[in-house]
Amino acid sequence: MSCSRRKFLKSTLSGTLAASVPVSALKILSPSESKAATTGTENTRWGFLIDTKKCVGCGMCVKACKNENAVPYDAPVTRTWVERYVVTRDGRTHIDSPNGARDGFTSQKILDQEIRPEEINKTFFVPKLCNQCENPACVQVCPVGATYQTGDGVVLIDRTWCIGCGYCIMACPYGVRFFHPVFKVADKCTFCYHRISKGLPTACVQACPFGARKIGNLMDPDDPVTKIITTERVAVLKDEYGTKPQAFYIGLDMNVR
Amino acid sequence: MVHGAEWTQKTLFVYPNEFIYWSIQIVMYPYMTGLVAGAFVLSSLYHVFGQKDLKEMARFSLVFSLCLLPVAMMPLLLHLQQPFRGINVMFTPHFTSAIAAFGIVFSTYAAIVATEIWFVYRVFFVEQVHALKGKEGFADNFKRILYLVLSLGAFDLSEEAAAKDKRAITIMASIGVPVAGFLHGYAGFIFGSVKANALWMSPLMPVIFIMSAVVSGIALCMLTYIIIMEWKKFKAILARGRGDERVKVIRGVEMEVMSTTSRYLMMFLVAAISLELLDLIFRGYTQMKSWDILRSVMFEEDFVKIFVLQYGLGNLVPFILLLIPGTTIKRLVIALLLVLYGVFMMRWNVVIGGQAFSLSFEGFMHYHLPVIPHNLETFKEGVAGALMVVATPFILFWGINKILPSLTVKEG
Ligand code: SF4
Ligand code: SF4
Repeated sequence: MSCSRRKFLKSTLSGTLAASVPVSALKILSPSESKAATTGTENTRWGFLIDTKKCVGCGMCVKACKNENAVPYDAPVTRTWVERYVVTRDGRTHIDSPNGARDGFTSQKILDQEIRPEEINKTFFVPKLCNQCENPACVQVCPVGATYQTGDGVVLIDRTWCIGCGYCIMACPYGVRFFHPVFKVADKCTFCYHRISKGLPTACVQACPFGARKIGNLMDPDDPVTKIITTERVAVLKDEYGTKPQAFYIGLDMNVR
Repeated sequence: MVHGAEWTQKTLFVYPNEFIYWSIQIVMYPYMTGLVAGAFVLSSLYHVFGQKDLKEMARFSLVFSLCLLPVAMMPLLLHLQQPFRGINVMFTPHFTSAIAAFGIVFSTYAAIVATEIWFVYRVFFVEQVHALKGKEGFADNFKRILYLVLSLGAFDLSEEAAAKDKRAITIMASIGVPVAGFLHGYAGFIFGSVKANALWMSPLMPVIFIMSAVVSGIALCMLTYIIIMEWKKFKAILARGRGDERVKVIRGVEMEVMSTTSRYLMMFLVAAISLELLDLIFRGYTQMKSWDILRSVMFEEDFVKIFVLQYGLGNLVPFILLLIPGTTIKRLVIALLLVLYGVFMMRWNVVIGGQAFSLSFEGFMHYHLPVIPHNLETFKEGVAGALMVVATPFILFWGINKILPSLTVKEG
């Protein structure tokens, strides 16, 4: 009697387990599945190169990015933006980025302040985007693994799995993340993963008329981007956070935030 | 509308994507978990550390911490942009994330509280089953069946069994204290580990959170206890008149319990404030790069909120009120309300204050709490949503206290 009962319990238990596997497997695998689909590219590591000396703040990249990646044109969020820096004689730095520089910089005024040309010491533009960190804080904190890193180093977000907690937005030291106004999930620059994985340049790289932006494979020593990064003096943003950014800047100024 | 744009106002240079993303509900989250943990610790002071003078409070605060339990995760759910996916955390917990363990720690803690309550009330369940036996009427029948189920078939009323219950309570309570501490400490860790945020980034964050959690938990239990006792007194007066013996007895019990509990309250209050000040002084002394912006947030932008409302009105004033000898219930109520307010302001200043400055260290963001909701978002993350969260434990207590009377049953 007791034996048959044990048998019964056993078979019920294993039956329940077996029945629950397929249902849960569908869900459980989602983020890792997408990861599995993108790993295995061991000889690729995407890196970005920005030449701040070439950027003129026209905002073509910002516009192109919004169109390419379906970020609503008029929403005050953007996957990439350009900052304008004006350092005056009194040592103060004035920074702005109206609409993320989507329409370029059309006014002399900075944050509603008029600065006379003779007061200016130097001025320059700095494009920003997700640094696709090697040690991404955003991936670390995502409670469901919806933000993940592909084998070739790009950090992506699974839109079907993100719960919208905002933890990754808080964790990114560069403030590049935002909530997508339509999908209501975390969003940010993906290095146009859908393009680069097909051998195309990112939308912003293609749109930049001055060649201020470049993307390349850091694993390939003959790649022009890699060559510059390995032979010239480049810098990264906010090194102190230990995120190891993979977006490198030529001519980075000490005033850049 | 972009999430956050409704209530964020920017000044000077702020990165384009920066908004106040963690709003009032993330203030409520550590506040409510803090109350849960605090209420439990208070009950454990009696169950584990044998503080006999807290016996009356112990059972009540235990049941109350049960009512607060579901409310600890309510704000988290309410602030999610995809609330229906909240369960994903259980399917794919990503253990490098501090939030990911929430489900597990939380369920463990809930199980401990439920078990402890069961042991505290087991004898009562059985007695009720016996008392209700043979009574007619739907309500009594329903109650009898409910208690029958709740007793889980453990009908032994012998002294041995009761002693075993007691031992089990002690064990559960002693496991519960570190788990409650952990539950809240790691709520602090969620913030403390965000290295991108200059204000949050501190290893002291978890300890600061635990201390103020205990403070708020004790204060809330005391306050609720006073309200209930006053209500009883009021009813006694209505029934028998002011000079009645019963009224005096109730008043006596109330005063005694309160004066002992307030000693514990003061102890934790001192610990909480010292830790917070230590953190502040340390930042000022070491003067990291972020100190400039922190200083301008603390001493300029948020000066009133931090030093006047939180430390002054929320900590110093109640502390003095509690110190003055000859405590009266009225003064105590004011002090407790202020303590609760102070802890709330501390959460506010941490969560909202932490987002008050841009990651560029060049600009500021101001949060305008939505008062009148005009869409789901301003409802959830506005005054209405916060009030909903606050009201829930009391509604639950009203219901649960009918089944688990926490203020009348004598515990063994
Ligand atoms: S820049 Fe921010 S969002 Fe991009 S990988 Fe680094 S931490 Fe993540
Ligand atoms: S908002 Fe989405 S991607 Fe970001 S941490 Fe939360 S679940 Fe992960």
